[in-house]
Amino acid sequence: MQAVNASPSGEPVTVPELEVVNDFSIHVATVNGSGSQSSNLVLLRALFEMGIPVSGKNLFPSNIAGLPTWYTIRANKFGFTGRKKEVDFLVAMNSQTAHEDVQALEPGRAVVYDEPLGLDALRDDLCFYPVPFDPITAAVCPQPKLRKLVRNMVYDGVLAALLDIEMEEIRKGIERQFATKPKAAELNWNAAQAGFDWARENLVKRDPYRLTRMDGNQGKIIVEGNAAAALGAVFGGVSVITWYPITPSSSLAEAAQGYLNRFRVDESTGKATFAVVQAEDELASIGMAIGAGWAGARAMTTTAGPGISLMSEFVGLAHFAEIPVVLIDVQRMGPSTGLPTRTSQGDFLSAATLSHGDTFHPMLIPATPEECFEFSAKAFDVAERLQAPVFLMLDLDLGMNYWTANKFDYPDWDIDRGKVLSEQDVERLQGDWGRYRDVDGDGIAYRTVPGNRHPQAAYFARGTGHDEDANYSEREEDWIRNMDRIQKKMAGARKWLPEPVIEDGPKARVALVAAGTSHEAVREARSQLRLEYGFETAYCRVRGWPFSHATEAFIADHDHVYVVDQNRDGQLRTLLRRQFPAIHDHLRSVCYYGGMPLDARTITDAIVEREGL
Amino acid sequence: MSTATATRVKAPVSNRIGLGLEPYRGLKTTLCAGCGHNSISERIVECFFEMGIDPTQVIKLSGIGCSSKSPAYFLSMSHGFNSVHGRMPAVATGAVLANKQLMALGVSGDGDTASIGLGQFVHMMRRNVPIVYIIEDNGCYGLTKGQFSATANLGSTAKSGIANELPPIDTCGLAVQLGATFVARSFSGDKKQLQSILKAALAHRGTAVLDVVSPCVTFNDHVGSTKSYKYVRENKVPLQSIGFVPHFEEIHLQGEFAPGTVYEVEMHDGSMLRLEKLEEDYNPTSRLKALDRIELAMEEGQILTGVLYVSTDQPSFTEILNLDDVPLAQLGQDQLRPPKSALDTVMEELA
Repeated sequence: MQAVNASPSGEPVTVPELEVVNDFSIHVATVNGSGSQSSNLVLLRALFEMGIPVSGKNLFPSNIAGLPTWYTIRANKFGFTGRKKEVDFLVAMNSQTAHEDVQALEPGRAVVYDEPLGLDALRDDLCFYPVPFDPITAAVCPQPKLRKLVRNMVYDGVLAALLDIEMEEIRKGIERQFATKPKAAELNWNAAQAGFDWARENLVKRDPYRLTRMDGNQGKIIVEGNAAAALGAVFGGVSVITWYPITPSSSLAEAAQGYLNRFRVDESTGKATFAVVQAEDELASIGMAIGAGWAGARAMTTTAGPGISLMSEFVGLAHFAEIPVVLIDVQRMGPSTGLPTRTSQGDFLSAATLSHGDTFHPMLIPATPEECFEFSAKAFDVAERLQAPVFLMLDLDLGMNYWTANKFDYPDWDIDRGKVLSEQDVERLQGDWGRYRDVDGDGIAYRTVPGNRHPQAAYFARGTGHDEDANYSEREEDWIRNMDRIQKKMAGARKWLPEPVIEDGPKARVALVAAGTSHEAVREARSQLRLEYGFETAYCRVRGWPFSHATEAFIADHDHVYVVDQNRDGQLRTLLRRQFPAIHDHLRSVCYYGGMPLDARTITDAIVEREGL
Repeated sequence: MSTATATRVKAPVSNRIGLGLEPYRGLKTTLCAGCGHNSISERIVECFFEMGIDPTQVIKLSGIGCSSKSPAYFLSMSHGFNSVHGRMPAVATGAVLANKQLMALGVSGDGDTASIGLGQFVHMMRRNVPIVYIIEDNGCYGLTKGQFSATANLGSTAKSGIANELPPIDTCGLAVQLGATFVARSFSGDKKQLQSILKAALAHRGTAVLDVVSPCVTFNDHVGSTKSYKYVRENKVPLQSIGFVPHFEEIHLQGEFAPGTVYEVEMHDGSMLRLEKLEEDYNPTSRLKALDRIELAMEEGQILTGVLYVSTDQPSFTEILNLDDVPLAQLGQDQLRPPKSALDTVMEELA
């Protein structure tokens, strides 16, 4: 059944009778540097405050101003807020991409566009809403210089009118966005209000999409993964952060600096209980972090793939000299400079065994902001416990986009400094200790920290061959014994890493394994497979490497296990095959490597095809 | 806690903190007999002993190469770190951030500093990281059998007779230009001058760069080399006669000086550095003068020695960062983890 309505021109237009409520995507196409980020965040915030599960993803170019950029907001009442490939509601503000953006839409979708673009001539199967943005903006913004910046706030008002977004929430969002600039807030609010009024007077609703208040965000926050990981580091007790600017990790270091300035400066003395250093390059940033870790600080660096490549030699040193350090890798698309503003899980293999010789670096892999916070804090404990470099693997989608999350729990565990001998300990041992002796049988030796005043506390850290007492040695048996001990230490690493999250049922013979941001897409793909094909799947989300025994048992227990990777070569699958060679024939690959946040349909389609559903 | 002297061979003398010479020594050197680096190691042992520095509060760091092996040959009671080629400045920077109370001694070579490590060397100086950074400069790569380094002079010949076709990088010129606050050049064979300079460097707070020409007896001590013992002895031009009075000794003038013939510099720890001018118009507190004189020396084939530049009023990197009095490495959980109320505040802001 179809309802008939009238367009502004008086022609009848067909509208699907079924409304689509709280389950669609809004895609805003603008020009980089035009102030659209503020409008988009206000929109996101308004939906969040209306209690609708929502996410916002920024698809941006490697550019400061002038190139096309898109912002996708996904509202989903079921809580699936991963990327959705299909665009339901397009806001076309950019003449460079408008034609292509419109042509890509499925029939029946809606387009708000800048009237002079004349997009309604392109297709006759879409709901077009032409809006004269310039005159609307000019009426409320007398200063021509500022018009460019507030123009985008007009579409917030237009969308509010068309989609039933509460204007009160738009107003609160604007006040929040411009909290320190009341004049800008007023100007932007006037623009939004003008857009709303114009739309109410001049547009007739002809699309099925609508938003309505629900109760999906009780106790939730909106946060970027980078900010969450930065907070985790702060509450994990980081004391030295050394970094070099690189997309998509820069905002992590900057957020950490901000929180440290707030919470780790002594109020009476004004002195800092931390050091943050922007280094001259990644060689220096990892070198400083290693020096600090050796000397007893809780040290970290943050970077992306190109930085990881540069850090290779130093990470091998830290592995072999057994120095604790945390590396946060916010992955972007490589190889080489690659796609610097696009997401990827392409660093799993290089991080896991970074540097020459036999190396092995534990990884923690968060999938949500809550896990970014928790794992970032824990990473310091793991690094100091294992006396080793430890990687926290985020990606651009998680790090730079806005996610809805539960409020973070204050750490309920004590900071673990690992096996460190104090002056009293060395005295009790009468100086009879060796830096690389396996006293406890777990491969983890005891260390002293520079500044320990006991005359026999000192040892010599080096990347060259050494015996159990840290003396230089080229002896074959010393070398092999040391390498075997480090291997034993790393075999025990899983004990300190987060366990996988497993969802299984008796009916599921087919399973998925994924890590990191693939999680959102996998959740939704499993729902699609169940609802559309009646096909039950099991799911194991790994959260650390080396993998847990539970992961091995899970794989062994299912006939076909699809390993979801956001890289071309199936890097997660390669690590699984490496650790579990006996069951590698259970593993199949679903790989996506286009640089966009992974969507559910890509996974669903792959499994449907391979399983012949 | 027992002291080192109780468990070690009794030293003939003890210093002002009651330690003998032994804790300041290291393992037996494995460098070639006659290597200049060994003389420098001996000066390090003597100076740290005579200055009465607690060796447990010293860290000794190096990169890769012959020079970088030498931290094993002195200060056995100090934590040591033999890191990667050319990147010791970063490791040292991190270590002093973690514990600003430690005294950092970096030992590098001309390849380690002026070639692979030039970037880190420059940025360490720019930050004025508190460290005594010694370049054991022999103009060649000894450990890989005598290739030219970036400090080898234009026209200087290798053992094989090949002449160096590229101009040298003057590490002291760079240091003066880029922010090091104590810059000196000396010669491993000049015991007295090197001792005075090293002691003054130990009393300095900030980056102290000591370029010590240190001949390689195996690969660069022949006729045609500008870093041989013979060449250095014949071509070194001392700028000053250097006197150093440590802060714990009474300062009394030796002899009379005509006005304007002596520079006296009070170091951070109260020690006195007295530079008796051998070149009348050289001013070691002027960057411009120093650079001018260094250029001239280069043109004339001189090896200019002495304190080339000193400035005691620049903040060091740990001061710039306004670090807490307690070393970051020694902070407890209460200082490291903000209270729950802080997290609650942030969560409210994000809600």
